[in-house]
Amino acid sequence: MDAFLRGGKASAGDEASTSKGRKEDKKLKKPTPWVEKYRPRTVDDIVEQNEIVATLKQCLQGADLPHFLFYGPPGTGKTSTIIAAARQLFGDMYKDRILELNASDDRGIQVIREKVKSFSQVSVSSVRPDGKPCPPYKIVILDEADSMTAAAQAALRRTMEKETRSTRFCLICNYVSCIIQPLTSRCAKYRFKPLSRETMIKRLNLICLEEKVSYDTRTLDLLVDMSGGDLRRAITCLQSCVRLKGEEGIVYDDILEVTGVIPDNYIENLLDVCRQHNYDKMEHFVEEILSKAYCAPQVLEQIQEIIIPRPDLTDAQKSHICEKIAVCSWRLQDGASEYIQLLDLGCSMIEVL
Amino acid sequence: MSLWVDKYRPNSFSKIDYHKEQGQRLKNLVQHGDFPHLLFYGPSGAGKKTRIMILLRELYGSGVEKLRMEHMNFQTPSNKKIEIMTVASNYHIEINASDAGIYDRIVVMELIKNAAQTHQLDANEQREFKVILLTEVDKLTKDAQQALRRTMEKYIATCRLILCANSISQVIPAIRSRCLSIRVPSPSNVEIVSVLLNICKKEGLTIPMELATRIAEKSEGNLRRAILTCEACKVNQYPFDKNQKIVEPDWQNYICETANVILKEQTPQNLLNVRSRLYELLCHGIPTELIFKYLLKQLLTKCDMAVKREVIQVASDFEHSLHRGSKVIFHLEAFVAKFMAIYLQYMEDTVRAV
Repeated sequence: MDAFLRGGKASAGDEASTSKGRKEDKKLKKPTPWVEKYRPRTVDDIVEQNEIVATLKQCLQGADLPHFLFYGPPGTGKTSTIIAAARQLFGDMYKDRILELNASDDRGIQVIREKVKSFSQVSVSSVRPDGKPCPPYKIVILDEADSMTAAAQAALRRTMEKETRSTRFCLICNYVSCIIQPLTSRCAKYRFKPLSRETMIKRLNLICLEEKVSYDTRTLDLLVDMSGGDLRRAITCLQSCVRLKGEEGIVYDDILEVTGVIPDNYIENLLDVCRQHNYDKMEHFVEEILSKAYCAPQVLEQIQEIIIPRPDLTDAQKSHICEKIAVCSWRLQDGASEYIQLLDLGCSMIEVL
Repeated sequence: MSLWVDKYRPNSFSKIDYHKEQGQRLKNLVQHGDFPHLLFYGPSGAGKKTRIMILLRELYGSGVEKLRMEHMNFQTPSNKKIEIMTVASNYHIEINASDAGIYDRIVVMELIKNAAQTHQLDANEQREFKVILLTEVDKLTKDAQQALRRTMEKYIATCRLILCANSISQVIPAIRSRCLSIRVPSPSNVEIVSVLLNICKKEGLTIPMELATRIAEKSEGNLRRAILTCEACKVNQYPFDKNQKIVEPDWQNYICETANVILKEQTPQNLLNVRSRLYELLCHGIPTELIFKYLLKQLLTKCDMAVKREVIQVASDFEHSLHRGSKVIFHLEAFVAKFMAIYLQYMEDTVRAV
């Protein structure tokens, strides 16, 4: 998403530079995505990730920057952190000193050999054009590094060591297990924790206030629940809601609608129907859920959420249902028909409940 | 003379017959002249395409309705040539990339690059972006969807994507999180009936309430099918009679008959029989998902609860392996054979019990 927003901005800039008048025009018209608008600008703005913030602060004061490996769930600020740090380090020269490769670019061994290598071999001066000192290196950011092939990762090994003088690498990934050992041992590893409820609510509150969106606490609670510690998702969702609704302000149901979450009473009804051991009703219910265009994986997820904490079910029943949910969800992943899989799950529930 | 489906397709948000609130919201969305990438999803015949066309009309004016067909050629790295049909107006282009089979990745990337790299000539007159409408996104390979993700990011300034899918369970989360998803539920039977009554009124026909209700029930929430059926009924017999026979699609009848054949006799000979019938269906291009669904539905009506449970379990298993394998007929046939075994066993057990 970051690159998505940035990419959009960058190319919009290119286009506008051809005619200045249009640029201003566009700025007035174009609403910026809030994820971009409220992205932390400095290292101090970054919340919750204390270790990395402490390290980066020292780097800003002149300590040497190691190679970094950031990992953690999406939406916890990995990309934001390094971008903010780079902005502070390089100021205006930011564009020249950064090579950002999104993993969904061409990221084969070829690109590593040519693009990355040639970029990293160029050495840079330690003063800015305006005479202020700045660190004498560039940063290569490899976003989504876990989807790089092992061969491409291996090609990085020696490059990383040889060009330390002029270049620092920052690898960003969701799963550290997908990065080959030789690379992890060359980097300082930092884990980004999922954001806590309070932090997210605070941030969302702030955005709502700035954007003059009316809301209630229940809505924000739901938004935070839905996003599971992913702040980007929460903010994107919030903005989508506001755009859909116009000026009216957002309510509980809007969030449900935009995230595709099924209202809880549907799921409760499904359980009730299964408890009545009535096949026809169950079939009818499954058809209704699908005709409302709710998607089956979401149904599975929510059934699981509801079943686990229920006191009136025995452990054996719970484990039986959960096992079935797991199987169905695996089959759905392979593209199996939603209708038949839900029927299968329904039958299992009829059997055990 | 056009079909009723096209003739009475609403062309503004104020004229749509159901999901009015959602229509209003979509109107809000385009009022600013800009929107994020959109992902419409819902069962077939729920009105996704209608809403998309209205949206485009709101955005660009009636120019979007001047459509032309184009053949586009693409070349794969292995020098294979692919030809794809597109429908385009001056402002948007519509493509069904899954037509290209496993080469859809190339089609998606090339097409969007082509369309997105040309800027609109006069940005003050028109919107500064084009719209690319991709249908059946859920049928795209995972590879193509990954490629889409990058292309979507890159060209957001010059083009917007509107994706259209039957179900989002096959759309990768990376794409879902980049789009504003819009759920289009299918209309309820009451809504279908009112639409049918309306159309008939405009045509100057009178349709009995009972007939309209029956058509609505038969159409399974698919409005397009309901309207087509209604028109077919009119061709068959007019003035309408409330007990008039409703024409059902041939393939559906054929599947029902196949199910009856299976239920009648459970022998290897009969399995051969069924095989030829299944081949017949496949030859005519009926999607396997539909064959499986209706066959299962029909077979289940004749089963007891205990058997039902077992049959569904077997069905879900075979339907899944069908997606992993390559030859559809094996899995369909395996299911039929298994069903026969279960059913026969059950019949014998009941006879013995008596």
